[in-house]
Amino acid sequence: MAAGFKTAEPLEYHRSFLKENCRSDGRELGEFRPTTLNISSISTADGSALVKIGNTTVICGIKAELTMPPSDAPNKGYMVPNVDLPPLCSSKFRPGPPGEQAQAASQFIADVIESSDLINMEELCIEKSKLCWVLYCDIMCLDYDGNLLDACIIVLLAALKNAQLSEVTINKETDLAEVDIQKKKPLKINRLPVEFCRNDKNDSIIIVDPTAEEESLSTALLTVVTDEEDRLCAVHKPGGTSLSGEKLQHCINRAITRNKEISKLVGKVIESTKTAK
Amino acid sequence: MTLKSASCATRGLCLRTMTELDQSCSVLREYGSEQSLLSKPDGSSTFVQGDTSILAGVYGPAEVKVSKEIYDRATVEVLIQPKMGLPGVRERTREQCVRETCKAALLLTLHPRSSVTVILQVIHDDGSLLSCCLNAACMALMDAGLPMSHLFCSVTCAISKEGQIIIDPTARQEKECRALLTFAIESVECNVLMSSTTGSFSVQELQQCIAISQKASEQIFQFYRDSVKRRYSKIK
Repeated sequence: MAAGFKTAEPLEYHRSFLKENCRSDGRELGEFRPTTLNISSISTADGSALVKIGNTTVICGIKAELTMPPSDAPNKGYMVPNVDLPPLCSSKFRPGPPGEQAQAASQFIADVIESSDLINMEELCIEKSKLCWVLYCDIMCLDYDGNLLDACIIVLLAALKNAQLSEVTINKETDLAEVDIQKKKPLKINRLPVEFCRNDKNDSIIIVDPTAEEESLSTALLTVVTDEEDRLCAVHKPGGTSLSGEKLQHCINRAITRNKEISKLVGKVIESTKTAK
Repeated sequence: MTLKSASCATRGLCLRTMTELDQSCSVLREYGSEQSLLSKPDGSSTFVQGDTSILAGVYGPAEVKVSKEIYDRATVEVLIQPKMGLPGVRERTREQCVRETCKAALLLTLHPRSSVTVILQVIHDDGSLLSCCLNAACMALMDAGLPMSHLFCSVTCAISKEGQIIIDPTARQEKECRALLTFAIESVECNVLMSSTTGSFSVQELQQCIAISQKASEQIFQFYRDSVKRRYSKIK
């Protein structure tokens, strides 16, 4: 009977839970789904990670290639993030060129990388104006159940921490890449996004880590990215219903606590792989 | 920065006066707007902020493709055409911001199974581009006569490397700043509708920028009111 009600009146169905200060899957309003992280899943990539937040599954592979540095920044390497939402992950996405959500997510990740100084780009440079590393970060969603941006950033972070770049020395004319595996994970700033979903059913309820159905019923989405020094790297709210100052502050505080949880998780996973070796 | 004042021209131009050099606050650049300049779109406007200029056209409510139609509300589409080249990924994020802000403001349920299309053409970009796009979109939607629950306007703040907050930065100020924050504010309670930021900043700086943007938005809303009053006072 509940399944029938849920299909016929999804908004009322979720509202009836929110009235009791909980959600349809039993979570509290401010509770995240269990997050699991796996690194080095892809052996052919220079760094990789897989994250599952509830059912949302996102994988990231990092490939490093050698190239000439861009002319406006000759002493820096660069990163090229790309978010792919294939039809595999949800019936919402059709095959073909990347849709708007994928493009907007790619741009968001690129902005966050730049805003937070995730990697010191000068370290990616091997020889000024001649040779540098370019890191291609391919983020692919395997199962879309809401909270995409959060998963993308966590998986990117973990994959970068896992990435190893070989040492490159330049010969007189040509360059020799020596296969000395040099660990490279200069994560200068650790930043974690917390995605919020704000439901404004005249009650202005804020719920955290929405599932795909909760996202489709919401009237606004807010993503806050914080770094380890509690500075904000992004406050992304693409339109939707308005947000008052106190609610925004509440979201930011929640983001800061989430930051600590995720840092611990990523640290634990990296440590466990080290001890396994 | 000197004292400047001027009389309003026929196009509804407003110059802001500056009283003194205030460390943490600055003032919007000279802004102006013109409506109903294109004949084919249902509503059109230009919005000029300093040297940044955007031309907006609105078609709607109009027919919508069956694949895109929504049974109980209108479908909003936004297209941003850059000054040069084809629209890329950067335009997509801007389009998403403008679209979601328009969706929140328009009364879409009054026009089910139709489409509202907002087309924005960048004429010149000298900083605060997203803000100018949103302001031009709002004026064009007003010109088209589409029912809205509230108006919106947008303000961009830049935080310089020394920590000074600059409103409505030029392209040069944007390049030299440490963080750039764009907010869309709604007219009823002056709450934040849309927020798009790059760069890193502290929570206090965010709150300060929001407060400054809310204050600046009052000027822009007053300008909307004056333009509409002036326009409809001519029609008797």
